[in-house]
Amino acid sequence: MTAATENHSGWETVIGLEIHAQLATRSKIFSGSPTTFGAPPNAQADLIDLGYPGVLPVLNGEAVRMAVLFGLAIGARIAPRSVFARKNYFYPDLPKGYQISQYELPIVAGGHVEIVLDDGSARRVGITRAHLEEDAGKSLHEGLPGLTGIDLNRAGTPLIEIVSEPEMRSAREAVAYMKKVHTLVRYLGICDGNMQEGSFRCDANVSVRPTGSEKFGTRAEIKNINSFRYVEKAINFEVARQIELLEGGGKVVQETRLFDPDRGETRSMRSKEEANDYRYFPDPDLLPVELDEQFIAGVRAKMPELPDQKARRFASEYQLSGYDAQVLTASRELADYYETVVREFGGSAKLAANWVGGDLAACLNRDGLEITASRVSAAALAVLLRRIDDQTISGKIAKDVFAAMWDEQQGADTIIAARGLRQITDDGSIEQAIATVLAANPAQLADYRAGKDKLFGFFIGQVMKATQGKANPERLNQLLKKALSG
Amino acid sequence: MHSETVTQLSASLRQRKFSATELTQSLLARVERAQPELNAFISIEAESALAAAAAADRRLAAGDAPALTGIPIAHKDLFCTEGVRTTCGSRMLANFVSPYDATVVARLRAAGSVLVGKTNMDEFAMGSSNETSYFGPVRNPWDLSCVPGGSSGGSAAAVAARLLPATTGTDTGGSIRQPAALCGVTGLKPTYGRVSRFGMVAFASSLDQAGVLARSAEDCALLLGVMAGFDTRDSTSVDAPVPDYRASLDRPLQGLRVGLLQEFFDKGLDPKVEACIRAGLEVLRGQGAQLKEVSLPSLPHSVPTYYVVAPAECSSNLARFDGVRFGHRCENPRDLTDMYERSRGEGFGAEVKRRIMTGTYVLSAGYYDAYYLKAQRVRALIAEDFKRAFTEVDVLVSPTTPTPAFAIGAKMNDPVTMYLNDIYTIGANLAGLPGISVPCGFVGALPVGMQIIGGHFTEERILNVAHRFQLETDWHKRAPEGYR
Repeated sequence: MTAATENHSGWETVIGLEIHAQLATRSKIFSGSPTTFGAPPNAQADLIDLGYPGVLPVLNGEAVRMAVLFGLAIGARIAPRSVFARKNYFYPDLPKGYQISQYELPIVAGGHVEIVLDDGSARRVGITRAHLEEDAGKSLHEGLPGLTGIDLNRAGTPLIEIVSEPEMRSAREAVAYMKKVHTLVRYLGICDGNMQEGSFRCDANVSVRPTGSEKFGTRAEIKNINSFRYVEKAINFEVARQIELLEGGGKVVQETRLFDPDRGETRSMRSKEEANDYRYFPDPDLLPVELDEQFIAGVRAKMPELPDQKARRFASEYQLSGYDAQVLTASRELADYYETVVREFGGSAKLAANWVGGDLAACLNRDGLEITASRVSAAALAVLLRRIDDQTISGKIAKDVFAAMWDEQQGADTIIAARGLRQITDDGSIEQAIATVLAANPAQLADYRAGKDKLFGFFIGQVMKATQGKANPERLNQLLKKALSG
Repeated sequence: MHSETVTQLSASLRQRKFSATELTQSLLARVERAQPELNAFISIEAESALAAAAAADRRLAAGDAPALTGIPIAHKDLFCTEGVRTTCGSRMLANFVSPYDATVVARLRAAGSVLVGKTNMDEFAMGSSNETSYFGPVRNPWDLSCVPGGSSGGSAAAVAARLLPATTGTDTGGSIRQPAALCGVTGLKPTYGRVSRFGMVAFASSLDQAGVLARSAEDCALLLGVMAGFDTRDSTSVDAPVPDYRASLDRPLQGLRVGLLQEFFDKGLDPKVEACIRAGLEVLRGQGAQLKEVSLPSLPHSVPTYYVVAPAECSSNLARFDGVRFGHRCENPRDLTDMYERSRGEGFGAEVKRRIMTGTYVLSAGYYDAYYLKAQRVRALIAEDFKRAFTEVDVLVSPTTPTPAFAIGAKMNDPVTMYLNDIYTIGANLAGLPGISVPCGFVGALPVGMQIIGGHFTEERILNVAHRFQLETDWHKRAPEGYR
């Protein structure tokens, strides 16, 4: 589906996302089983997760605290009273025959996040509600020909489902929104954000309507997309499909679709007619969740600095551009790293930003590492920056030193000493090198003096070559000028 | 031995009149002898019962014996018992063995009681006659052609026939009080939340409450004291202290304000039953109680309200019985849908299916507001009515059932008539109130029960009234012919 673009003239896209974020509690939402990922099938499911006759759910207070924290972070209302409801449907990996969720009275309602688009423009996306619920188990087919295996380790894992308003108008906006929520939940420490393990995934509701129309078109819901890239691809495919359908005189049917990443397309899973009537009703096994002001204030008091606040602070405190501040606050860990570098270094915060957002980011990206697994620590990077600052090495040499630090896991000083990369700063040595170069290039010297100013760069290059790049660039500049004019 | 109450047996065991082993052997023999006739049990656990009795004897000898040490009891077959199958009277769970004990089971075990078996019941506690059991109907020991009531029919029959001094039951719409009345025993349904529901296979979670059937209010007080109390595993159990229910049993009734539930002395009430109740009320008046007529205008709506709320919850609670993890699974399913349909079709009986279908319907899109939501509103009105009544009176008294036990088969083809059997008991469930049924006379050979309802957490009060009543009467001491 390469034809998909975001510019379909005459049509407007409407997107709403339902994001499921797994809460990083130690135990499940209604049982004492651990939530660690990757255990052997059914090793982390107790009688409650298995839906045994007679067992009852007991709410994990930590999940409530995390949901409230999220609600406060998006400026939403925290419901003084929220109610768990049963969503009834039959599925083999849904052990009780119902999922405990929240329906009419969710714990969080009416918030928003700010997104920044590629062109630097910012906009607000409304969040209708966020509610607590339990995850279902997994059906396994691999290695079980003709059979379906059931793994209930995930059953009962706490989720917060974050439902946006249908306010996004392109796949890119949807991705920016999803990334923003991803950043936020990780900042809050309520979700590990691991998309491959399914800790953070979304359903996308997509429709199109003629530009200028007030009425929403019929939407399709694309289920369970677990990467930013897939969200973009799936939405773009879906938008193109719907427009093609409508332009061909067809109709979009309300249905649930699945995204196939291998083929880059969505396909129908079930239509509205086949959709379940979930028969929601309040779960009589659980009391309503009643939260008083004191509890909410207690959660608020422990609110960490949020990404937007941090970005604003970075911009003013470190005099960074809005873009740099955004980049450096993309994750709490990255921001912490940056601030450690600034603190240890003590010099230009802008220089630190260039390095963290530049060479370091490039290496992390190349090696597929998270900032927490960086091969150069913040303290080590700070030492390198000090050596630039105190003119031990030039910025250019520093790039090589950094590469060596990354590869060899050695400190900057060790590498500079071992490789003899210390900058030449005494005028005598530089003048000597200049004299040698001028003597060896009489023709160029004559041309230069005849007015060919551009040759200045040539002489710089030659001296640098002669000093293996170690000549202090500023001194070299001055001394060369002096020698040439002499 | 079999004619003694729990209180008497407990004293006898301590006085070494007989050992726990002798007691258990003796009662096991009665249980086994009566089984072909009454069918009160689904499981009889002689071996483990004798082992528990031997352990009880050791504790008695060592002087380390809690209240119920050596007392043989049985649980309604919807309390999960580790190692002993828990069928709920259903083919669906005919071979289900729970890996854990219900809280009620664990507490009674810890108090030293000896588990003799699991009693028969209406399938998943849905029924008022014990005829919906997959394991066959229970017969009423007072008249073998009659039903014992339900759904705790086996528990009531076992106590009535002196097979055991006490049994546990559950009461969702009258399932303890109604069979207690029909079998001439004392049956207590505590306040919703007083006893943990953990390990009770759920029928209708907002109504289900565990309780006890015994031969006296005093025994009910003793057992409730063991069963009651907060349980961290049941969010709906209430964290309130458990009083010594026996301490206030003897309190005089002088000045007690007794409300007569006007709505229940209606045209549906058998005049002979009414005569028994009126006589019972005179006994209370004779002890100084003041009688007063009380009207609860919403109460006549309790049966339809109940038959929306309870099926709704049951339709969801029973969804887990899908043949995937435990319980009945059909042979050679073609596909998933076929497995669900046939497993559930084969595993559940007609009454359970009727309620699942009713419940599914009332929760469906487009019907939810008209049925489920409206029923919840009526339920709130009924609770309000009770609350208002308890500002005027201390307890409410009514018949437990409109008629004495009816013939087996008489109402099975007419569910609505069957449902009306619980017309006097359902209100207490909808409002979450405690209620007790005490024997108060006979119509012919069949016993009649009088219901005493109290406000939330006033078990002490209703047990006190029931006990004082039993000090003045001997209806509760009568035993059916052939089981004396």
